[in-house]
Amino acid sequence: MSITVYVPCDSSALSLGAEKTAAAIAAEAARRGADIKLVRNGSRGLFWLEPMVEVETPAGRVAYGPVQPKDVPSLFEAGFLTGGKHALALGITEDIAYLKNQERLTAARIGLGDPLCLDTYAAHGGWQGLKNAVAMSGADVVKEVTESGLRGRGGAAFPTGIKWNTVLNTPGAQKYVVCNADEGDSGTFSDRMLMEGDPYTLVEGMTIAGVAVGATQGYIYLRSEYPHAFKTLKEAIRRAREAGWLGTNVAGSGKTFELEVRLGAGAYICGEETSLLESLEGKRGIVRFKPPLPAIEGLFGKPTVINNVISLCSVPVILAKGGKYYQDFGMGRSRGTLPFQLTGNLKRGGLVEKAFGLTLNQLLYDFGGGSASGRPIHAVQVGGPLGAYVPESQFDIPLDYEAYSKVNAMIGHGGLVAFDDTVDMAEQARYAMEFCAIESCGKCTPCRIGSTRGTEVMDKIIKGIDVEANIALMRSLCDTMLNGSLCALGGMAPYPVLSALNHFPEDFAVKREAAAA
Amino acid sequence: MKAEVPPIVRQIEALIDPLVDVPGATLPMLHAIQDGVGYVPDEAVPMIAERLNLSRAEVHGVVTFYHHYRRHAPGKHVVQICRAEACQSMGARQLEAHAKKALGCDYHETSADGSVTLEAVYCLGNCACAPAIRVNDEIVGRVTPARFDEVIAELKQEARA
Repeated sequence: MSITVYVPCDSSALSLGAEKTAAAIAAEAARRGADIKLVRNGSRGLFWLEPMVEVETPAGRVAYGPVQPKDVPSLFEAGFLTGGKHALALGITEDIAYLKNQERLTAARIGLGDPLCLDTYAAHGGWQGLKNAVAMSGADVVKEVTESGLRGRGGAAFPTGIKWNTVLNTPGAQKYVVCNADEGDSGTFSDRMLMEGDPYTLVEGMTIAGVAVGATQGYIYLRSEYPHAFKTLKEAIRRAREAGWLGTNVAGSGKTFELEVRLGAGAYICGEETSLLESLEGKRGIVRFKPPLPAIEGLFGKPTVINNVISLCSVPVILAKGGKYYQDFGMGRSRGTLPFQLTGNLKRGGLVEKAFGLTLNQLLYDFGGGSASGRPIHAVQVGGPLGAYVPESQFDIPLDYEAYSKVNAMIGHGGLVAFDDTVDMAEQARYAMEFCAIESCGKCTPCRIGSTRGTEVMDKIIKGIDVEANIALMRSLCDTMLNGSLCALGGMAPYPVLSALNHFPEDFAVKREAAAA
Repeated sequence: MKAEVPPIVRQIEALIDPLVDVPGATLPMLHAIQDGVGYVPDEAVPMIAERLNLSRAEVHGVVTFYHHYRRHAPGKHVVQICRAEACQSMGARQLEAHAKKALGCDYHETSADGSVTLEAVYCLGNCACAPAIRVNDEIVGRVTPARFDEVIAELKQEARA
């Protein structure tokens, strides 16, 4: 019987040479006459070990990594096909502490098998949520999601059930479900990993949403920076439709739900929901005024559920195991789990799904193993380019939406970017403004003009020109942007700037004055 | 006598005519054109406008709003360097400077031999393997300046082959 060998096809694994590793394994097996079945799976999210190869053995799956083509002959020599000892051996995959200590609900299936294999998906609990949902009334499905306590994982943390309920109760001949897959935040890749590694979970989550609120058409708005996810999603939709999970008779229910994936075009602002809808309609991605809410007047003016990938991918497990099951994870008003993404200057970067309530210390050191450079971790940007830079003194605050907003920080989409002490926080503050200027849609003045003026003021501070007065000016500008911007881009770009100013003043005043003197 | 239709117009027609009935067709049409032609030629704007009953100004507005769309033919390969924070934390600022020097061009420009067009990108979702670049449709992780030179050398060799 052939032995199953797994080599990931995830973008990050590919970026580290997984394709060549897979080819080397296939060639070496052929040369030795070894009977193997090579499966390209999603990534387990242990990126410092990628390309991570797994072998199916009677004792369970055994992992080796990081495996480069040059390591392949010695792996065969060591008998890795039967779990043999080797310098790169990591033991039973499920027992690797980094994985074992997680609470994977949403990302549970990533890496288990071929992402596009329908049998694999079904064998690991796939479609159970949808099967339950089609047997329930729309209102009961919405009730289950509301009870789970799930809040929008894109960053805004708005209760998903309430959003769905509005769409359910808004009459309309045509309603839509839109998935926001414009994962533009630096330091995040959980959407990408799910779409590449377990795409049917998203298909299932969106279909449940459609069945629940009475929407018959879904769109996934995917960023153009994710070419692999695009291919995977298109194929997943085709196969799911052929198998009757999409189309005019969803799971035998007689209900219709069609799904299409659309590509964005490199505009960060299109992660803002109303701008995304404009873009889907074929227009410039200019932010809309709210109200009307998209739930009432969304895509093409019709009632629309618009949710992030992770929110929608959390729905199948909620419908499969019940809202109460999901609700039992987490703390305070932050219920369930969040796939955190450990990135930047860390020894062990990757995906860590945990219930809310753990701390940065746990993520950065217990999971992340400290900085990659070996220098002290100086600052961590949490929640993407609009998130605050968190100093070490706050590394013990529980990751909970409310606890974070109390210190003017945000969890957002769960991305952490670690910086060591070589970082210049004034440069980071300048970049936040520069990025906002590049990506501003231009609709409101505080964001459009403020970000450009902000970049200029930061330039002066960095050059040591009239530092104190310019810092005061910067704070005033931030105040205008925070309170006067139409959406979160201009409204939150001041967070990284102010947090840098407040927590790392030494990078602004003293050094600059000294440099200029 | 009817003027001959330029080949570029025929090519664009073939790419966008099947998409006329797609709801919100502007972006899908522009993607089809850029994927097929390599960029969005000036001829495309009035053609899309006519088919979607939009003004040319509206279509022009859409093309210019999105960073992804190019108005001129790129080099043989497109290399994007991630400028975002996670990559910065692992040396992307130095990588950017190195890349511009090595290729002898700035962002949105093409190296003198026409082999590589350099672009900035804001996150490739490869943040745990930073710094990251994208070479055409492939992502490359942990790109040191030396690794960058290797990648470019491979591309140039390919271009010559």
